[in-house]
Amino acid sequence: MTDPRVTLGGVDFAGPAFTASGCAAAGRELAGFFDLTEIGGVVTKSIMLRPRSGRPTPRMVETPSGMLNSIGLQGPGIESFLENDLAWLTDHGVTAVVSIAGETVDEFAQLARILRNEPAVKAIEVNISCPNVESRGQVFACEVMSASSVIHQVRRNISSDVPIFAKLTPDVTSIAEIALACHNAGADGLSVMNTTLGMAIDPDTLRPILGGVTGGLSGPAIRPMAVRCVWQIHQVLPDVPILGMGGIANGEDALQFIAAGASAVSVGTMTFHDPSAPVRVQRELLGLLDERGFTTVADAVGIAHRGGLT
Amino acid sequence: MTAQADAEILSVRRDGPYWQMSFAAPGIADGFRPGHFVAIAVDDAHILRRAFSIRSASTKAGGALQIIVSPKGPGTKWLVERRPGDLINVIAPLGKPFRLPTEPVPCVLVGGGYGVAPLFELASQLRARGCPVEIIVGAGDAQRLYGVVEARRVSDAVHVTTDDGSAGEHGRVTDPLRRILAGGHPAVYACGPMGMLQAVSEVSAEFGAVAQCAVEESMACGIGVCMTCVLPVIGDDGVTRMVRSCTEGPVFFGDRVRWSEVGTVPADTLGAPEPRDD
Repeated sequence: MTDPRVTLGGVDFAGPAFTASGCAAAGRELAGFFDLTEIGGVVTKSIMLRPRSGRPTPRMVETPSGMLNSIGLQGPGIESFLENDLAWLTDHGVTAVVSIAGETVDEFAQLARILRNEPAVKAIEVNISCPNVESRGQVFACEVMSASSVIHQVRRNISSDVPIFAKLTPDVTSIAEIALACHNAGADGLSVMNTTLGMAIDPDTLRPILGGVTGGLSGPAIRPMAVRCVWQIHQVLPDVPILGMGGIANGEDALQFIAAGASAVSVGTMTFHDPSAPVRVQRELLGLLDERGFTTVADAVGIAHRGGLT
Repeated sequence: MTAQADAEILSVRRDGPYWQMSFAAPGIADGFRPGHFVAIAVDDAHILRRAFSIRSASTKAGGALQIIVSPKGPGTKWLVERRPGDLINVIAPLGKPFRLPTEPVPCVLVGGGYGVAPLFELASQLRARGCPVEIIVGAGDAQRLYGVVEARRVSDAVHVTTDDGSAGEHGRVTDPLRRILAGGHPAVYACGPMGMLQAVSEVSAEFGAVAQCAVEESMACGIGVCMTCVLPVIGDDGVTRMVRSCTEGPVFFGDRVRWSEVGTVPADTLGAPEPRDD
């Protein structure tokens, strides 16, 4: 049987599948559906310094093989998160990867300082790519300089034994270039990818459907795009761990990401369809790796770059 | 206890202008209380679950649930084309149900369109507690009117209204509601479109009553992880928050929901965006 354990940025995780930020709240809601300790960990919904209401409804539109959302980073703020959400994860022995988001570089730095003293934080995902913000200028991952400054500030404010993952957007000309910049700025790993910006118009009213006008497209519709992004980044950074995500619905999907260069995967939108999708995907993935003779997940990472199965 | 299961469809049949579907839900049906809902996965082309308020539970097949479906979109059309013996993946019971009075007080139940669905079982349970029950059934027109016969079976009096007068009283559900509230102090329960819930809440407030309203917000997951089904609700601390109708609702006290601001983020909501200068 393939060993389920994976090591990302020097930290060991129980399995290769994680929840995806924004698709699992802070984990508690999924606990009734599967054992959260079986998967690699819960990547929590991006938390900001202060409480945030998010955007007006409608916040969701179903699209072919996917959905658009314009939630807008609704959340209780870091204080409440530590007191309620992180505490719950700790009490239940669930591995927490905390996703953080800020409106300014300094907000990211402050969040990192606050999380520095939290032993329960196994890794940090730095969400520099949420499309649901007021201006494109706030999508730090669209630009090398701003992406680098955020990652640099988080890295210098958090303990060196906590790996940080930069979450990237596909909405750029060269995602590999942004990935390189983030790695040079101190990112231990890369989360690939966030939603891609989309829009839907109501044919009756001829107005945008989403309250936020535009929104992030997710689900199986974007999977090929995400596999391509993982492939391109692994090509230039073969030793940097990638948490791959984008429309993963089953083990075969996850295996594509692993072969393209991801060291582990996050299951996002499909959790809305099937709350136990993260653990199901993990079991299916491990089964497929085992069938193909891999004793560890790591052995299969990026194998598509090396000629695949021989 | 909420559970996810592949449920066998027991029956799918026309029920007035809508469809009634029954599926086996052993171990799930027992936990049903009026106001609970079920989230159902539909065909592979549509990844989001569809949410339905549960009409009733029965003991068939070791426990079964019934829902009312209005096949107006691709997912719901797919659902009513299922046949007995087919399996559908369900998650139920979900949400916070209606709260029942501890005393045998009179109750008035207001349903708009197929929003009447969860009120039949509510009426039965209220009457079992000795509460006299009146039901107001409203719709845009006679074609969309649902459940009048069933309402008569489970209540002490039924009032029917249609917006165009094609059946029952010409007017809104709030017309008979106003008369009933003027004659006593009943507990008010409502389920239906947002506009109706707002009107029921406002008329109830005029008479010093608080309506329990089951809302119908568009949901992606039904279990509290997607944050799409939010609406502005005033908490016990007086602070407005964008709350999830799936986990904190679908039943809310009508005086807590900022009905006229549903679809917006009121400026005094916790964490609302700062006013912008540009």
